[in-house]
Amino acid sequence: MSPGNFVALAVVLFVIGAVGVLVRRNAMVIFMCIELMLNAVNLAFVAFARMHGNLNGQVIAFFVMVVAAAEVVVGLAILMAIFRTRRSASVDDASLLKY
Amino acid sequence: MTGSLAVATTAVAHAETTLPAVGAQRAAWLLLVFPLFAAVVLLLGGKRTDRWGHLLGVAMPLAAFVYALIAFAQMLGYPGDQRSRDVQIYNWITAGAFKVNVGLQLDQLSICFVLLITGVGSLIFIYSVGYMADDPGRRRFFGYMNLFLASMLLLVLADNYLVLYAGWEGVGLASYLLIGFWQHKPAAAVAAKKAFIANRVGDAGLSLAIMLMFTTFGTVSFAGVFQHPGAASPGVLTAMGLLLLLGACGKSAQLPLQSWLLDAMEGPTPVSALIHAATMVTAGVYLIVRSGPIFDLSADARLAVAIVGAATLLFGGIIGSAKDDIKKALAGSTMSQIGYMMLAAGVGPAGYPFAIALLLAHGFYKAGLFLDAGSIMHGMKDEVNMRRFGGLFSVLPITFTTFAACYLAIIGIPPFSGFFAKDTVIDAAYHDGTTTGWIIGTAALIGAGITSFYMTRILFMTFFGKRRWAEDAHPHEAPRVMTWPVILLGLGALGFGAFEILGDRLSKFLGPVSGYTPPEPGVFTLAGVVALVLAVIFGVVAWLMYGRRPVPEIAPAAGFPVTAARKDLYGDAINESLLMRPGQWLTRLSVYFDNRGVDGLVNTTAAVIGGTSGRLRRIQTGFVRSYALSMFLGGVLLVGALLLARI
Repeated sequence: MSPGNFVALAVVLFVIGAVGVLVRRNAMVIFMCIELMLNAVNLAFVAFARMHGNLNGQVIAFFVMVVAAAEVVVGLAILMAIFRTRRSASVDDASLLKY
Repeated sequence: MTGSLAVATTAVAHAETTLPAVGAQRAAWLLLVFPLFAAVVLLLGGKRTDRWGHLLGVAMPLAAFVYALIAFAQMLGYPGDQRSRDVQIYNWITAGAFKVNVGLQLDQLSICFVLLITGVGSLIFIYSVGYMADDPGRRRFFGYMNLFLASMLLLVLADNYLVLYAGWEGVGLASYLLIGFWQHKPAAAVAAKKAFIANRVGDAGLSLAIMLMFTTFGTVSFAGVFQHPGAASPGVLTAMGLLLLLGACGKSAQLPLQSWLLDAMEGPTPVSALIHAATMVTAGVYLIVRSGPIFDLSADARLAVAIVGAATLLFGGIIGSAKDDIKKALAGSTMSQIGYMMLAAGVGPAGYPFAIALLLAHGFYKAGLFLDAGSIMHGMKDEVNMRRFGGLFSVLPITFTTFAACYLAIIGIPPFSGFFAKDTVIDAAYHDGTTTGWIIGTAALIGAGITSFYMTRILFMTFFGKRRWAEDAHPHEAPRVMTWPVILLGLGALGFGAFEILGDRLSKFLGPVSGYTPPEPGVFTLAGVVALVLAVIFGVVAWLMYGRRPVPEIAPAAGFPVTAARKDLYGDAINESLLMRPGQWLTRLSVYFDNRGVDGLVNTTAAVIGGTSGRLRRIQTGFVRSYALSMFLGGVLLVGALLLARI
């Protein structure tokens, strides 16, 4: 199986994730779409590492995973706090911070 | 005796060295500590010192006077060329080669001033106890007066220009505080400000002179500057002299900085007597005489001093002749008399002893005249308009007698002090031998006539003629605490002439300092006789105008000269149109430029940025998904640009 297929799969996953972020209102779903985008990028890194025959891409994938884990902890906490006060997880409702 | 010869002898005389003080003179700092102690206690002590504050305020000047007498007696025990003694107190400033010690110099010149300041000062302080008895601020008054006394003594005792300057500023401050003593009166507050500002102009001159001395000689001590004044170029010496003259003009109310003195009469009368007649306003004369070695080497600076003196002499006399306010008439007279002193000082070494002689005599008789004016005001419910006086000689006999004594002294009737002091000044001017000397001498002669005119006018308007008192006036003689000081001053005014006449005693005493030993004098010089005749003629004219004819209660309309004199010869108008108005225009222009120019630029920039950001702010909708879209588009653009660049 050529590495090009992995890259194509990564692109597809990334676009699905991006579209999900742009069109969905539920913060939980947006969150999952962001995870999808991150993992698409991870997949692309690993595929490129394989193509070039060095480990740099794989190392970066680990970093991305750590950052994603940290992001999930903070993001979910914020999400919980918002849901407790507003009884809603829609990102369109959380629009107080504006002009 | 020509001016140039006098200068030649001076160079030697000034080389006289100052020896360290021994014995009682080592405690010369007591002179400063006594009044300063009273000032500190009275001003910081607050109301709890109200009951006994005036007693402390009088005791300290008296203590200083007693010490001055002891120091004077000790000085008389030394031979003439060893009388200059120095007391070093502490090292004030050390910066590289620049050293300033706070030191006091007791010599013939400073002891004259110390005796005048503490002696006449003590009498005026005693008088003030009675004069200010009903004033709620009497303690504060004595505090300020003692502060003045300490500063004035520092001024005359200093052995270098920087310490002198400290005293100079101190008396300016005390003068400001005392002119505005009744600060609830707007006129007094304005007069105090005016005096302060006019003095600042003069002070700037003095401080520049001191800086010039430092850059030229590297020192500011009298001993250092006077050691080789010839080392400086003539131009620098002239500049130094003119700057010193500017300082003297400010303090001594000489043209063109004369206008504050007439307004200064807003202060309590003892202040007018002590500060604005007897002592502080003569500090300018002291400065010129003390700086003699500089003026000796610059004929131009000397000439400027003499011209300023002669002009002010006539200027003040003319104003004094037209004022109906007794204190302002006397203030005009003070300007005029100080003009005499400046004129004498401008003559050079030959004039210095006479300047000082007149200064001391003036200290007695002018203080006496002012205190008499205060006694009259005390009895007449603070009335100062002479047109509402008249016929007071029978109800105020003591005041009249002392006033008459001072009157005889000031107009120069022999053998009283004014004659010997003033006529020698005129004589000294003529003896200068030059054309300028003649012109200045003639101005002084005319001045002698004017002096007689305005003094006779005051005398007749106040003490003789019909009683033109206000309805509710009940004039009465002042209490003894006020009459005795005036009696002593009157005796001093009469007796000082005898002191002066006996063998030119004062001139010889001052000789080592002034660098001039008088030739054997003829007492009745030609100039003196002419001055006497002029004085009598002008006195008779004044009698014809104000003694024989009734004095109207309201000042009658008069022609241009009298109107001009009543308005201080337009001194204020000139200041206003030449300095104040242009100054106001300058400030208005600056304010306009600041508002429209500087502020305009800054404000426009701020408005543009503010408006733009106000519009840009609308982008922040708070709609998370649109933010996400813009991030996404941004990312696409970035990646697209990178790809394009790569290709």
